[in-house]
Amino acid sequence: MAGTEEMIDELSGLALFADLARPELAGVVHTLDEEWYPDGQRILREGLSGTGFYVLLEGEVSVRLGEQEVARLRRGAYFGEAAILLGELPGADVVAVGRVRVVNLAGPALKDFLMRHPNVMFRILQEQTRRLRGAIQWRR
Amino acid sequence: MEALTERPFPPGDYPLVVVGSGPGGLQASYSLRRLGIDHALITADDSPGGMFRRFPFFQRLLSWTKPYAPVPRDSRAYGRYDWNSLIGEEPAHRSIQPELMDGTSEFPSRPEMEAQLAEFVRRTALPIRYGCRWEATRRDGDRFVLQTSDGEYRCGLVVFAVGVAEPFTPEMAGREHVVHYVDTRDAASYAGKRLFIIGKQNSGFELASGLLHWASRIVLASPRPAKLSVETNSLAGIRARYVQPIEDRFMGGGVFILNAAIEGVERDGDAFRVRTRATDGGADLAVEADEVIAATGFVAPLRDLPALGVATFGQSRLPAQTPYWESATVPGIYFAGTINMGAPGLKKNGVGGTGAVQGTRYNAQLLAREIAERHFGIVAPRPRLAPADVVDYLLEEATDAPELWNQKGYLSRAVLFDGDGPYDEGIVPVQAFVDGSGADGVAMTLEGDAEGVVRPVAYVRRRGAISELSLDPDPLNEFRASADARAHLTAGLTELLP
Repeated sequence: MAGTEEMIDELSGLALFADLARPELAGVVHTLDEEWYPDGQRILREGLSGTGFYVLLEGEVSVRLGEQEVARLRRGAYFGEAAILLGELPGADVVAVGRVRVVNLAGPALKDFLMRHPNVMFRILQEQTRRLRGAIQWRR
Repeated sequence: MEALTERPFPPGDYPLVVVGSGPGGLQASYSLRRLGIDHALITADDSPGGMFRRFPFFQRLLSWTKPYAPVPRDSRAYGRYDWNSLIGEEPAHRSIQPELMDGTSEFPSRPEMEAQLAEFVRRTALPIRYGCRWEATRRDGDRFVLQTSDGEYRCGLVVFAVGVAEPFTPEMAGREHVVHYVDTRDAASYAGKRLFIIGKQNSGFELASGLLHWASRIVLASPRPAKLSVETNSLAGIRARYVQPIEDRFMGGGVFILNAAIEGVERDGDAFRVRTRATDGGADLAVEADEVIAATGFVAPLRDLPALGVATFGQSRLPAQTPYWESATVPGIYFAGTINMGAPGLKKNGVGGTGAVQGTRYNAQLLAREIAERHFGIVAPRPRLAPADVVDYLLEEATDAPELWNQKGYLSRAVLFDGDGPYDEGIVPVQAFVDGSGADGVAMTLEGDAEGVVRPVAYVRRRGAISELSLDPDPLNEFRASADARAHLTAGLTELLP
């Protein structure tokens, strides 16, 4: 449960939104939907279309291929962007571990959102670059 | 004679209690009663109608009832053209709204809607205990105890249909100078006033539309740009009937629309000054106004339920719900009516189930069936289908089923298979089907996308795995007549229908 001001405080503490001034954050808060998931609930479903972009506010999620967990994400992490940016179906399930609270943006709205908030786009780009570097180093 | 005036449902022990007499509570209670589930229906109000006893203030509802539809008024399919009538099983209990409209608009006025709900209660002889306010809640072993203004009700299950009705005004400096939407006065009392409306959703634009004739200037402000339903192609966004202020703005008619956060409101002589901070890179302003109204929404009046363990989320403090509208954290507590907004379903493309009457009346019907089956062992019949009829039946439902049309992406028609072949599982929340395990089967739903295109989507469950079969849209939505849709669906069901 969070009012607008509390939500602005909450988002300003996450790396993804750290570069945004308060008025811009207020606009972001009004654009995102807060959602809540019980333990074991699927948030992203492998192979199903029409997914969204999620930022994790509370709790943990498990990224799963079938029964196998391939990653565990925590507060501040985000997911769902890959399927949207590439126009593909999600390649894994994302499942709530314990109670989970997220903010969500519908897939079709992500591009406009990122163009409107270039600082968020930059943070995502930075994170993707870090992941790519990690993957390259892994191969060497 | 005395027995007739006696109030029903005195405090005591009941298997189930329904709280609330708006559309959600009435539909849930009616449907439970038709299934033979003993329960009490209590309400703080002194007449049926819930929010429609007061709102909307101006003009009319946003939900249509079309007296002249392509299907007969007494058919199930008419529900797609009449978004307001509660769903009765007998012809006299159905489609009451068109009988009570004066012919000037397909959108009923608030009093016409209220009259329809009262007439439903009268015709169905639905017993209701009025003037009985739910005040507090506690557990006593596996029972719930509802403290009310009339005394204590003990029950194993509760359905809360209390609306999302508690006015919410966000924290800001000078909040005491701001009047909430619910305290809007008679329109004429705003004659010649400079009005500042906080909030750019439907309630803000409803006020702006209703007061265009009266206010000398209207400023609407909120951090996010206004979205129009005709742009989002969904119920999310300002509805077509409230866009007049937007036209007045670009024609220079004294309406101004700001993308700005409200920093505070201060008194300035007989008037107020509203300080705004732009969220779109524009200028920060200090706007003078004679009246400041917050059209900033409502929260669910859940009283002490969070202390009982009911998880809530979001600005409206909606309870987190399962696909069947049970509290995600306190089993035995269910929700009906507009609170169902807290159960978004699959929310594909960002479109969730609706909390409006046209959808939640079907939720309440299904909730009654679910409660009857799960808690009272009263199981609805599952008629057998001939394998050769399954594809046509699903396309027929995609074309006409009001549950699918009015609760797009949330409700579906499911056909399951056992050793004896296919049978009609009934209407089910599509999320329950997709995330559930169980018999092989198919759930047909309708989904809208950002372009406003509606298409039938079939979810096929085979040995626990789900696949999605998205059919092509049809320009006239006549899926039953589409050879392509039939061929596509038949191909998708070959594993189930050898």
